[in-house]
Amino acid sequence: MDIKAIISKYDPPEENLIPILHDIQEATELKYLKDEDLVAVADYMNIPLSEIHGTVTFYSMFSRTPRGRHIIRVCESAPCHLMGATTIIQALEAILGIKVGETTKDKNFTLELTACLGICAVAPAMMIDSEMHGNLTLEKVKEIIDGYRKEVS
Amino acid sequence: MALYRSHILLGIDAETIMAGVNEVKKAIFTELENRGLDNEVKVVETGTLGIAGRGVVMVIYPEGVYYAGLTVDAIPALIEEHIVKGRTLKSHQITPPVKAQRVSLASDRRGTEIKERIVLKNVGRIDPENIQEYIAADGYEGLGKALSIQPKEVIDLIKASNLKGRGGAGFPTGLKWSFTASAKGDQKYVICNADEGEPGTFKDRLIMEGDPHKVLEGMAICGYAVGATIGIIYIRGEYALSIKNIKKAIADAKKLGLLGKNIFGSGFDFDVRVNLGAGAYVCGEETALIESIEGHRGNPRKKPPFPANAGLWQKPTNVNNVETFANIGPILLNGADWFKNFGTKDSAGTKVYTLLGHINTPGLIEVPMGITLRQIISDFGGGMLGGKKFKLAQIGGTAGGILGPDLLDVPLCYENMAEYSLVLGSGAILVMDETTDTRAILTCFLKFFKHESCGQCVPCRLGSKKMLDLSRGLENGTGKKEDLDLIIEIADSMFKASLCPLGQSPILPIKGMVKYFKDELLAKVS
Repeated sequence: MDIKAIISKYDPPEENLIPILHDIQEATELKYLKDEDLVAVADYMNIPLSEIHGTVTFYSMFSRTPRGRHIIRVCESAPCHLMGATTIIQALEAILGIKVGETTKDKNFTLELTACLGICAVAPAMMIDSEMHGNLTLEKVKEIIDGYRKEVS
Repeated sequence: MALYRSHILLGIDAETIMAGVNEVKKAIFTELENRGLDNEVKVVETGTLGIAGRGVVMVIYPEGVYYAGLTVDAIPALIEEHIVKGRTLKSHQITPPVKAQRVSLASDRRGTEIKERIVLKNVGRIDPENIQEYIAADGYEGLGKALSIQPKEVIDLIKASNLKGRGGAGFPTGLKWSFTASAKGDQKYVICNADEGEPGTFKDRLIMEGDPHKVLEGMAICGYAVGATIGIIYIRGEYALSIKNIKKAIADAKKLGLLGKNIFGSGFDFDVRVNLGAGAYVCGEETALIESIEGHRGNPRKKPPFPANAGLWQKPTNVNNVETFANIGPILLNGADWFKNFGTKDSAGTKVYTLLGHINTPGLIEVPMGITLRQIISDFGGGMLGGKKFKLAQIGGTAGGILGPDLLDVPLCYENMAEYSLVLGSGAILVMDETTDTRAILTCFLKFFKHESCGQCVPCRLGSKKMLDLSRGLENGTGKKEDLDLIIEIADSMFKASLCPLGQSPILPIKGMVKYFKDELLAKVS
C-alpha cells in the first residue's frame, strides 16, 4: 500500500483526518492503523501525533491492533436482542472458535459487537466488512461464514 | 419518448440490496430482453417501498400489484404471469400496505379525507439517482420560492409552520435558524445531522437512500435563511448506500446549478459536502458531531456557547436532522397553514417512525402527529406477532421512555410526552410481547449506554458502567434488592450532572421499566 498516494488525495486541513484514516485502514490488509502510518499523517497534516492517537482510539470503526481480513460486527442493541442476537453471537463464537473481540488464528476473521446498524426490520443483523446480513438464523450464519471461508482459501 | 405499458418499481435500499435486488434486477432485464418486452416495460429503481423485512420488493403499475420475497428464480414466472398473461403471481404477491404509505390530512372543506405524505412523498415513487424525477415532483421549487423572498421572510415562514426538530429534542426549527441568522460571523455553516445511531432507528437512512435531493433542498433553503454558504452532511460510516446516493445527488445538483455558485441567478452561493462518521453514537449530539467534523474525538462541548454562535471552527452553525430538512422544501412550496393542517395544535406536521419488534409487519411509516400506539400497532404493524399479548413498547430508541398497556391510547405528539415521561426522540417504536424478559432488556439498554459513553465526564463514564454491573446482578440473581434503588439513584445523578443528553437519558427508560416491572426485575434477587 502506498500511504503517500492515499494521503495526498486530501488537503491537509484537520477536517480530512477521519476520511484519511478510513482510507488507510481500508487499504491495510489486516484492517488496522499502524504507528508509522499515523506518524506520516501527523507530518502531512501538521497535527500532534498524540491528538491523532486520541481521535483514532475514540471511534469504534478504527483499530490500532491487527485484525482479520474480514471484520464481523454483530448488533447487540435492543431490537436485535429481542429477536435473538445473543444466540447468534454464541453461534459465531462456536463456528469461528474465538470470543468476541478476538481474531481467528488464520487471520481471516475478527468478531466484534456493535450498536445499531440501522437495518432493524431484519433483526438480528450483522455487518461483515461493508456487507449487511439480516434475518440471521443459526443455519444462515454458518452458510454466510462458509461462503467467506471459501473466498479466502 | 417511448410509451411503456407497464412500470416495474424496484425498491432499492440497504435491506433489499442485502436480499439480492441487484441480481433480481439483472434477471428482470434478461427476461424482458429475451421476450422482446424491453420496449414495453420500464424498470424503475426507487427507494424503499415502505415494506421492510420481506426481502426484494417491487410494485408493478398500472395495476399497483406488490410482490415481495423475490429471487432470481422467481423472475421468469413473474414476467410470464404478470406481464405476458396479465395475471398476478400469487406465490409472491402481498397486500399493498396502503396505510403504511400514507398519512391522512384531517379533512378538506367537503369533509372527505385527503391522503398525503410530506417527508416520504417521493420515496418509493421516484428514482433517487435521477434528479430530473425529483424536479418533476416539484423538487427545488421550494428553494426557488425561498430565493425570491427575503431570508427573514423564510425564517418567519418556518416559525409560522410550527415545525419542530425531528432529531429527538423537538426544538422549534424557525427559532433555531433565527439564532444563527442573527449571529455575527464572516463564514456560517449549515450541518445536516445524519449520524443516525439510536437503536431501532433507520428513517434518515431511508430518506437519504430514497429521496436525497429533498434533504439537499432543505439545507440550501436553510443556508439562504441563515446566511451560510457551506453545508456539510455528516453521515455515519456504516451507511454505504446513503453516502453514495447523497454524493451523486450533490454532483447532479451542482451540474444543474441548483447547488454551487449563483443558484437560480440569485447571487446566492451554497456548496454541500459529505463527512463520514467512524462509529460513535455520541456524535449524534450536535457539538460532538462538530468536534468530529473537525477531526477530533467526539466529545460534546460545554453549552453555552451554542453552535448558533460558536459552532464549526467556532463560526455560527445551524445543525438540523435529516427529517427536519426534508420538511423544509414542502413548507416553502405549500405554506405554513398547509403544514399545520397535519398533526395536532402544538405538533404540526407528520412524524416518520420505524416500527419494530414483536409485530407482524415491521417497517417505516409516516403518520400525522397525535396518532396513538394502539392505532400504529393495529393499522400499520399488522397486529402483534403470533397474536401474543402486548407487554411494553419503547418509543424514541434506547434513550426513550416506556409505554405499558395503560398508555396505548395516548396521542403521540410533543405536548403529551412530558406528562407521561415519554419522548418522541428519534421515532423508533420497539414493541415487545408477553414473552419478553424485562431483566435482560434492562441489561441490554444499560449495555448500550456503557458502550457509547464517551468517557469525558465522570457521572456518565462511571455511572453507566456501575449501572450495567448492578443490572447484570439482577438478571443472574447475584445481586440484592437494594441494587435497583441504587441504579435509579445513579441514573438520577447522571441526569443532574452529565454534560450531554447521553448521560442524561438513561433515567427515562430505567424509571419506565421500574414503574411497570419492579417485581419482575427483582424476582431473582433477595
